[in-house]
Amino acid sequence: MKPPPFHYHDPRTVEDTLHLLSELDDAKVIAGGQSLMPMLNMRLAQPGHLVDINRVDGLAGIGWYEPEQVVRIGAATRQRTIEKDPDLARRYPLLPEAISHIGHFQTRNRGTVGGSLAHLDASAELVAVASAAEATLYAASTRAVRAIPMADFPRGHLTTDLTSDELLVAIDVPLWPDGHGYAFEEFARRHGDFALVAAAVLLELDTTHRSIRRCRVSLVGLGPAPIRLTKAEELLNGGVADDDALRSAAALARNLSAVGDDAAPAEYRLALAETLVRRGLRRALRRATQPTTPEVN
Amino acid sequence: MNVNGTAVTGYDAGARLLDVIREHLGLRGTKEGCGVGECGSCTVLLDGEPVCSCLVLAGQAEGREVTTVEGLASCPAGARLREQLVDHQALQCGYCIPGVMVSATAHLSRTEEVTEESVRTAISGNLCRCTGYTKLVSAVLTAASDTGAHS
Ligand SMILES: Cc1cc2nc3c(=O)[nH]c(=O)nc-3n(C[C@@H](O)[C@H](O)[C@H](O)COP(=O)(O)OP(=O)(O)OC[C@H]3O[C@@H](n4cnc5c(N)ncnc54)[C@H](O)[C@@H]3O)c2cc1C
Ligand code: FES
Ligand code: FES
Repeated sequence: MKPPPFHYHDPRTVEDTLHLLSELDDAKVIAGGQSLMPMLNMRLAQPGHLVDINRVDGLAGIGWYEPEQVVRIGAATRQRTIEKDPDLARRYPLLPEAISHIGHFQTRNRGTVGGSLAHLDASAELVAVASAAEATLYAASTRAVRAIPMADFPRGHLTTDLTSDELLVAIDVPLWPDGHGYAFEEFARRHGDFALVAAAVLLELDTTHRSIRRCRVSLVGLGPAPIRLTKAEELLNGGVADDDALRSAAALARNLSAVGDDAAPAEYRLALAETLVRRGLRRALRRATQPTTPEVN
Repeated sequence: MNVNGTAVTGYDAGARLLDVIREHLGLRGTKEGCGVGECGSCTVLLDGEPVCSCLVLAGQAEGREVTTVEGLASCPAGARLREQLVDHQALQCGYCIPGVMVSATAHLSRTEEVTEESVRTAISGNLCRCTGYTKLVSAVLTAASDTGAHS
């Protein structure tokens, strides 16, 4: 089906974009369009105005800030750009690994990082990564620019802390030391489908390589917002990195609560969560023990 | 925008690229299957990269190069692939084929080592309800060996 009628705006600067968003009634940002266009074509959304950010200067790109030890990703950066970036493959390989699970080439060539976070699908890969990474999101409006910690960003099903006049401009991802462990694990019915459950894992060993200095585990697919498995992190942090520890940590996923639906009941999602966390922790530990350079494809 | 090398004007920037291609330009090779990005039958190249034209607004293609299945005829990899699809009898209803050709041609023209797995990944955004993919994949692999890209 064709989308319903709307007014199309094509601003070139962030300033113009913010003015449009604050002045127009019933306006929606369109970035990659890979979630919004299907909703328009199905007439599930009927905004009066679409504000296209594809040509806005300065919204796309990857910047490395060494003193602060963060990588800043512009909201309009394409998912495919992240997937192919050689520096991210080396220094933040969790991101490209997670993105390789999103949709297919066609959708990743258009879909953006900011669009995925702003859309906040309950099983979006980038939402899991932003949660595990403790990313900071920057939202701009004509009023101010504010920083939102990822933990405070989700507000409900497909609902974020962004107000209708705010534009997500960038996210900051704190770096981990070179050679850290990472893993993205998901279970979907077919490759490219939205995950039923997915887990993002980051892990750093201490200098002896025998115990875990710190780790982070986040899950999506259990409810409207990502869940940090902090109990497992606490159990592992500072402890010996053996398989028993990883298994016990993963088993804690069973104590979470999940929302079931037609695709999978809650019990099944929790079983998946345990398995995916266990696999993720094992793979992250292997990678931290024997760092290799991942391939870019 | 340029479509298959020809400058195009006079379209509605808020229309879907798919509708500009089919209705404004009358290029009916590009198909609409699902309209939600699932099937890939509307795939075209935008500056050389495969995208679903049902999920792109015409305004987003302004100033850029669009290649539809019709435009592949003038590119060697595309022409070879067409021959191989016929030789392998890889089509049944044919509805998915324009999209498959666009995705596969993009893959052939930029991949040094084409393998069965790389072909299956390259066309993973294109659904075919008829063929079971086997003949499609062997047609692409044969077209690749003709270009010297097949390992
Ligand atoms: C077939 C198919 C399969 C898919 N599979 C997956 C999958 O497996 N995993 C997954 O995570 N996603 C999947 N997606 C969705 C993914 O492709 C989208 O890219 C993503 O969800 C939205 O990003 P976008 O840039 O396309 O945003 P858009 O569709 O343009 O926008 C999405 C929403 O975010 C808002 N928005 C966008 N950018 C901003 C901004 N900078 N500031 C404020 N608001 C903004 C829009 O107003 C809109 O409400 C799939 C999509 C399709 C069509
Ligand atoms: S019609 Fe565009 S992907 Fe199906
Ligand atoms: S040949 Fe019928 S859908 Fe592919």
